Amino acid sequence: MNHVKIKVMDRRTFLIGAGVSAATLAGLSTIASATPEEAAAFIAKITGGKKPTEGGMKLEMPEIAENGATVPVKVSADTPQTDKDYCKSITIIATKNPYPRLCAFHFTPRSGKAFASIRVRMATTQEVMAVAEMSDGSFRIARTTVKVTIGGCGG
Amino acid sequence: MGKARVKVPKTAKAGDIITIKTLIKHKMESGNRKDKKTGKKIPRHIIDKFTAKYNGEVFFSSDWEGGVSANPYCAFTCRVDKSGDFEFTWHDEKGEVTTAKASITVS
Repeated sequence: MNHVKIKVMDRRTFLIGAGVSAATLAGLSTIASATPEEAAAFIAKITGGKKPTEGGMKLEMPEIAENGATVPVKVSADTPQTDKDYCKSITIIATKNPYPRLCAFHFTPRSGKAFASIRVRMATTQEVMAVAEMSDGSFRIARTTVKVTIGGCGG
Repeated sequence: MGKARVKVPKTAKAGDIITIKTLIKHKMESGNRKDKKTGKKIPRHIIDKFTAKYNGEVFFSSDWEGGVSANPYCAFTCRVDKSGDFEFTWHDEKGEVTTAKASITVS
């Protein structure tokens, strides 16, 4: 739509046109994607409303992922992983994928370390978070941002 | 489900924390992809649960969603104290189960 056209259109036609193009733009993204708010709500569900503390764990992902279909993730929590003090689970959450949870890992003291490595799909450039549940009932969180060149969620 | 591959060290010392690597062939169809010819969505079909056991004890497990890449790779650790067997199990949503085994000598 250019300025010349706008001038000849009456106000009503212009508004309808604008509405249609906005709808077209929204329709470009064919997959309904989760929002950062949904991701935050998902984290609140995991922690039961408790606020996780930043740090005490590591979430490693590449800064730039050319292929969103397979992006490596390494996650670990700083724990001695003994019977008294261990990390129970770590959940990986994407903020702009079709579904916020990517995967969850469950550890025991027998794991030796709270460490896991996996490969995930990223729909677009976004923030990824990892939430760890500790044996004392506390929660930790780590964040990283991945730039994605080609999305890997189909659609 | 496709073939599974696991990499477990053959030997270790008591108290060692070993790293185990696993890989299984599976499309991990997320349910978001469309068939290019028909335009219809390809139904979701993923492995949603992975479990690792050491001498019968579950020491690591993982829940997977459509966000896990095709041919899932997963690495994790285990503290070993005696010789024994590992058993790895992948469950897919259609009830199919694949198992892989490995053993370790601990000195």
